[in-house]
Amino acid sequence: MKELLKKLVLCYGPAGNEEVIRDCIIEEIKDFVDDIKVDVLGNLIAVKRGVGKKVMLAAHMDQIGFMVTHIDEKGFIRFSRVGGIFVQNSINSKVVFRDGLVGVVSYESEIEDIKDIKLDKMYIDVGTNNREETEKLVKIGDVAVYSSGFAESNGRYIAQAMDDRAGCALLIETAKRLKSSPHEVYFVFTVQEELGVRGAKTSAYALDPHIGIAIDVTLTGDTPKSKLMAVKMGAGPAIKVKDVLIMAHPKVKELMITRAREAGVPYQMEILEAGGTDAGAIHLTRKGIPSGVLSIPTRYVHSDCEMIDSGDMENGVKLLLKILEEEIEF
Amino acid sequence: MDELLKRLTEAHGVSGDEGEIREILKQEVTNLADEVSIDRMGNLIAFKKGTKGGKKLMICAHMDEVGLIIHTIAENGTLKFSTVGSIDSRVLISKKVKIGKKKHTGILGLKAIHLQEPDERKTLVKSKQLYIDIGARSKDEASKLISLGDYAAFDTEYLAFGQNRIKAKALDDRLGCSILLDVLKNRYPYDIYACFTVQEEVGLRGAGAAAFNIKPSMALIIEGTTCSDVPGVDEHMRSTRLGKGPAITVMDATSYSNKEMVNRLVETAIKENIPYQMKESVTGGNDAGAIHISGEGIKTAVVSVPCRYIHSPNSVADMNDYYSTSRLVEAFLKGCE
Repeated sequence: MKELLKKLVLCYGPAGNEEVIRDCIIEEIKDFVDDIKVDVLGNLIAVKRGVGKKVMLAAHMDQIGFMVTHIDEKGFIRFSRVGGIFVQNSINSKVVFRDGLVGVVSYESEIEDIKDIKLDKMYIDVGTNNREETEKLVKIGDVAVYSSGFAESNGRYIAQAMDDRAGCALLIETAKRLKSSPHEVYFVFTVQEELGVRGAKTSAYALDPHIGIAIDVTLTGDTPKSKLMAVKMGAGPAIKVKDVLIMAHPKVKELMITRAREAGVPYQMEILEAGGTDAGAIHLTRKGIPSGVLSIPTRYVHSDCEMIDSGDMENGVKLLLKILEEEIEF
Repeated sequence: MDELLKRLTEAHGVSGDEGEIREILKQEVTNLADEVSIDRMGNLIAFKKGTKGGKKLMICAHMDEVGLIIHTIAENGTLKFSTVGSIDSRVLISKKVKIGKKKHTGILGLKAIHLQEPDERKTLVKSKQLYIDIGARSKDEASKLISLGDYAAFDTEYLAFGQNRIKAKALDDRLGCSILLDVLKNRYPYDIYACFTVQEEVGLRGAGAAAFNIKPSMALIIEGTTCSDVPGVDEHMRSTRLGKGPAITVMDATSYSNKEMVNRLVETAIKENIPYQMKESVTGGNDAGAIHISGEGIKTAVVSVPCRYIHSPNSVADMNDYYSTSRLVEAFLKGCE
């Protein structure tokens, strides 16, 4: 799964610009599913046909980014954020545009206190000398993404866009290993999650599944003087209890716990006090869809060095496989 | 054009109270469309059959505007209000409004400068501290004229001034409404659903219902948008520039425009020699936010007339931008086949 994950996190795909990452995922999954389609907003929907329950698994393929809004006389680029870009994570970080153009994010240096830096006081330097040179390379509306590359350290993976390419990798791996399921399983790679779980809304509406499970990253409380949170990296995939957008459906939550125990997969319960996932959109669709979330504990979320544990990924796949292989009784 | 824009911008239509503006638009649109209807939410929808048919295109402008709603009549006969839609309290002070169906005049009073403590002069007055003076001496007297829930709209006049510029209230989005009327003068290859929506300013409420019902294959939203091309504002914080043509949106707070549509708008502008600009900010939202996630998803794009000082009693636009936007929308619709 490491090579797959590496490939996915190095793919370009900020929210609203999921073409490249979508093509990459299609290549990876096409031999393991019965049908693939792309909907109006750009969600990738891959299905393994079956006669049982319609199960929607959703991982978002978009990542956060920096959108060009203005190019100044000297060629520096002003930007707006696409999703949750934060000042403290952006200062002097390397970013890359779709075509490979590299830039550095920095700030107006007359600002003395780091607390006074706002995104609109920041810019991207692509090494050009004037507006004309920059305009040949980028235009307003182009989006850059973090670009720190992929690394492994002590069984942990480090890269930009683990949120939520880790979820995408988990879904692809599950599709590859799933031999048979009594269910009709939809592997949905959604768009624009980072802009407000938008792709999940339309795809869930179209599929109208019996159950929805989002696979996404979550925060941890296991670093020095971190905010209080029970989730630890490496302690197994997390089963969501609640976040800002959802109270996980009790039956889905119980199903996940039961199958984790049966499969001997370590797991932990998760309560996330900030943020939400695609399940937030799915569960409110149409007449209501029982939904839950399988989370991958992740440190430094929305930075260019998000860290996850390889064991959590492996156990995440095992848990999903167990859920899909057994009956779902509701 | 002046006469129509004057009527459209001076008409009342605060979100939830669009009756007056809807009636005017309905009269205007009846001769231009094949069918006119009003849906459950109050959206006015004009249908114009296409020469080829086959696809449904939605064009959309909201007819509501920001304003005030009366929530208390005080013992002394003054009125307390809530804002409807986002309004900066600073634009309200000392302004004249018209209240209710009978359009009673009201003034948003503020303590005279002589009576203000030095600290008071420095602090921002919140709209909660303001009240409307309708000249009544008592609650009883005021109650004969005003009911709780009455709406108040800014009382300002449309004016053409300078070189081809206009000032009025509600340019956001009566300019869009007027452009829908302009483009409906023609017939297009595809079926056109021109939607004058309600309650955009309080959360894009009308447009979602309209889109869900129509299920168009794409929707183009015509707006009046932010423009801050004035002294003291950094170049990169101006959003749009007056006189530089229609602003095309890549992304804003509520939607990411469909790229094929954006590209087609740009290509159309270039081909037709229509000036255009890309909107240089991502703040604010519009009906596209509700439309694009309706049902199984709908392609949307947004094109706007830049307007300075929107959501105030007096916003300013350049008529060259208006005509260019109108031409761009028309050419775009002609090119969709």
